[in-house]
Amino acid sequence: MDIIVCVKHVPETAEAELKIDATGKTVEKTGLVYDINEWDDYALEEAVRIREKHGGTVTAITVGADDSDSTLRKCLARGADKAIRLTDQKFEGSDSYAIAKILHATIKTLHFDLILCGVQSGDGGYAMVGPILAEMLNIPHATMVKKIELLAGSAKINRELEGGLEEQIEIRLPALFAVQTGINEPRYVSIMGIRKAMQKEIKLMSLTDTGLTENDVGTLGSWIRPEKLYIPPVEKQAEFLKGTPDEVAAKITEILKSRGLI
Amino acid sequence: MMEIFVLAEHRQGQMRDITYEMLTKARELAEKRNAKLTVAILGNNVKGLAQPLTEYAGTVIVIEDPKIENFNSEAYKKILSKLITEHKPSLVMIGHTSYGIDLAPRLAAALNLPLATDCIDFAFENEAFTVTRQMFGGKVNVKATARKAETYMATIRQAAFTAARPATPVNGQIIEVPSSLTEEIAEKRFIQYVLPPPGGVDITAAEKLVGIGRGIKDAANLPIVEELAKTLGGVLSCSRPIVDKGWLPSDRQVGTSGKTVKPKLYLAMGISGAFQHVLGMKSSDLIIAINKDPKAPIFSFADYGVVDDLFKIVPPLKNKINESRTQKA
Repeated sequence: MDIIVCVKHVPETAEAELKIDATGKTVEKTGLVYDINEWDDYALEEAVRIREKHGGTVTAITVGADDSDSTLRKCLARGADKAIRLTDQKFEGSDSYAIAKILHATIKTLHFDLILCGVQSGDGGYAMVGPILAEMLNIPHATMVKKIELLAGSAKINRELEGGLEEQIEIRLPALFAVQTGINEPRYVSIMGIRKAMQKEIKLMSLTDTGLTENDVGTLGSWIRPEKLYIPPVEKQAEFLKGTPDEVAAKITEILKSRGLI
Repeated sequence: MMEIFVLAEHRQGQMRDITYEMLTKARELAEKRNAKLTVAILGNNVKGLAQPLTEYAGTVIVIEDPKIENFNSEAYKKILSKLITEHKPSLVMIGHTSYGIDLAPRLAAALNLPLATDCIDFAFENEAFTVTRQMFGGKVNVKATARKAETYMATIRQAAFTAARPATPVNGQIIEVPSSLTEEIAEKRFIQYVLPPPGGVDITAAEKLVGIGRGIKDAANLPIVEELAKTLGGVLSCSRPIVDKGWLPSDRQVGTSGKTVKPKLYLAMGISGAFQHVLGMKSSDLIIAINKDPKAPIFSFADYGVVDDLFKIVPPLKNKINESRTQKA
């Protein structure tokens, strides 16, 4: 089973305070820690598990600048066999549609039985690349995947709906699955794995290598152009309780008492 | 005349809320722009579901086919491609739900129509289609413009718009259109719905919930918050990352993919407040949030907020609650 995993190098922002940069088109990067996109992390783990069970290869692929290499190294350390980084100044400003085109141009030349990616990225959160890529490759797809069971020539998968409900679907292979967080428990990287990964090659490919033109990628090749980023206006704000932890704890206790909750 | 298209979302004979949320917003836009509003409902035996839609839309297109008894994004893509190509609406609205996420990007790619997903607002401004959406888990908003096109597509976030029945029903027309599907979708086949396993704890019945999120950092810290929940006489619930990591079972999850709760007290600890979580708890009587990030979205929904490390607050809080109980006794 040859598996391609599409990954993205993104800033971890769950607990960071974000500031908009001077251009107003992106956030200030200083102080942010970058890592593999959380959803892609689960996709990578799923790919490695399938390979361990059924044999074959896992190829990690990304579109990004030099710093994305650390995410690809992580993929290699966790068990990916090969890594490809699509990189070109002209790719800058690409939206999900343009990214899907860049991935498609390369993936169509590779052999694969399965493509895995995350449902969405933690930065843009569009949840688009996977299904667009599947349409371009003319293979079936499923998003929000919470379980994958391989059968002969097909896969039985569970898709997450709402409120804990899932739907079970059978999909013919080759197919693309966009996986949801929680599908597995991503493993930790061993020191050995990291050492071995440092020696592996990351294949670089540019715009010319993809066979695409400038008009296909970047802002020109995109559907959506961000105009202005801003911190969401606060419509309602909590009343902040201030003081030492002891004072704050006393204030919360008073509130609970006054409401008859304790 | 400008036409706005809405795809009705339903499951197992029930119309989903997102349909009315989209129709309410679409109705408003249609009135402002003097546009035609058309809603399409695809499925098997869905005429009964179509009737209430006539209150909102001038035209209700019903496409019935036993092959789409259950949602299938590939079948929907084929049917809608034909419909959109024929009607050339200015805008196609689809819910940013599990179904919409599976369908919209692929449909947009098939037709090469610009799509903006997970929109919380949109407008036609000076000949351009602009959307508002969120990035970085709701910490940043972005206003974006779509490439110029005859038809734009947008998926709409759940609860971004409030559903309201029109003051005067439109009394639209139901039009049955034959399905353009010639055969079953062999490569993608629905098997069955899978219900969540019955849980040991019903968090929807709890009067007091201590909700935990990423800020809890490590499974080893669970006993600290568990004890607080016990002291309060409440139950521990959580946001998605905690279930993903396997630290708490899925029956403790609050949010769109978990449960909707309305306790008397929701104590949110280390929860940033992504909309998926907020939708599941914002109707709680009293919300107190503790988070290190003063800009965390949860503070827009909480009655009281504490900007601090939850591990500094929990121990004295537990003591004070215990003390207050002793005083009472």
